[in-house]
Amino acid sequence: MPGFFESLFGKSNKTTSGSTAKERLQFILLHDRINLPPEKLEAMKAEILQVISKYVSVDDSGVDFALQNRERIPAIVANIPFTKPVEPPDPDDDLPPLGSSRKES
Amino acid sequence: MASNTGAAGASGSPKKSSTGAKVVTITSGKGGVGKTTTTANVGVALARMNQRVVLIDADIGLRNLDIVMGLENRIVYDLVDVVEGRCKLRQAMIKHKILPELYLIPAAQTRDKTAVSPADMIKIADQLRPEFDFILIDCPAGIERGFRNAVAPADEVLIVTNPEVSAVRDADRIIGLLEAEGKGPAHLVLNRAKADMIKRGEMLSPSDVTDILAIKLIGIVPEDDSVVPSSNSGTPLAMLDASRAGQAYRNIARRLMGETVPFMPLEDNSGIFKRIGRLFGGQGG
Repeated sequence: MPGFFESLFGKSNKTTSGSTAKERLQFILLHDRINLPPEKLEAMKAEILQVISKYVSVDDSGVDFALQNRERIPAIVANIPFTKPVEPPDPDDDLPPLGSSRKES
Repeated sequence: MASNTGAAGASGSPKKSSTGAKVVTITSGKGGVGKTTTTANVGVALARMNQRVVLIDADIGLRNLDIVMGLENRIVYDLVDVVEGRCKLRQAMIKHKILPELYLIPAAQTRDKTAVSPADMIKIADQLRPEFDFILIDCPAGIERGFRNAVAPADEVLIVTNPEVSAVRDADRIIGLLEAEGKGPAHLVLNRAKADMIKRGEMLSPSDVTDILAIKLIGIVPEDDSVVPSSNSGTPLAMLDASRAGQAYRNIARRLMGETVPFMPLEDNSGIFKRIGRLFGGQGG
């Protein structure tokens, strides 16, 4: 992973303007290439999280979306930690659930 | 007579075809990065290797290639005169003072880009193909009509950039447009590279740039103080054997002819630096 090496070597020394230029360029080109306005990008992230939250319980504080270039093809890399599975939907067919419970609260 | 029979010769290979010239367009997006200097010098370098070369200045309204070539006071007819039928193609071709196989078709100075269409450029290139080995087209800055004119007949595209954020960004845009037009893969000329600054980490390195743009290099031209005097006098550096930039342009010419030429070292003690560059860049400029 270039990111790993960069943080290991590049940044441990003082940051040079050349490496700043490279980082800025990577960021600029990413957004040039995906050509999606920021609010759409945010909406997409929110929707992705919403879908994932249907299945697992997401730890919001640890969520990280990163855009990356892979040979001119932009990619979204998401790191979405979850604490525990979401309560399974009311299982009609399985073992009787905890007595009185309705699926709510 | 220039019939169309030999015109479709150029294949995608980097070697010159015996049936017709290879059309190479030099572009950049951003202005002032060295397109015209590159066109002039690569043209001179090719002609010095006994290639038959014609340079076309596609920057209608802002012509400059004639000045860099030292041919500005020999202009009678220009590209637009050809397109509009006021002269024959031959009449607009200015012969270089020293190199007998090098010609320039100048741009018109008083018109604009719309005086020529992409179809006109294809037609002119096809007329020239049987008689030349290389047709180099100097593209204007920008991504509009002038760019489309210059790129339309291209078999190969060279993108000139400088190791600066704005120039590389514009190069990326050009690469995207070329991909969309099916004119790829283009090759990169990194112009005005300064070894000492790259070494200190104060300038993007060749591998930084190729890493970001994901295209192949065809030349790295070092910053060279002789560039300005050479354009002052209208004698492209590639005419002179001494300068490093001139050598870099000659190397580009040889690569265009299909030779494998190693990149000259940007700086002398480059061992460690290069290895680190490769770690980050992956491609090893």
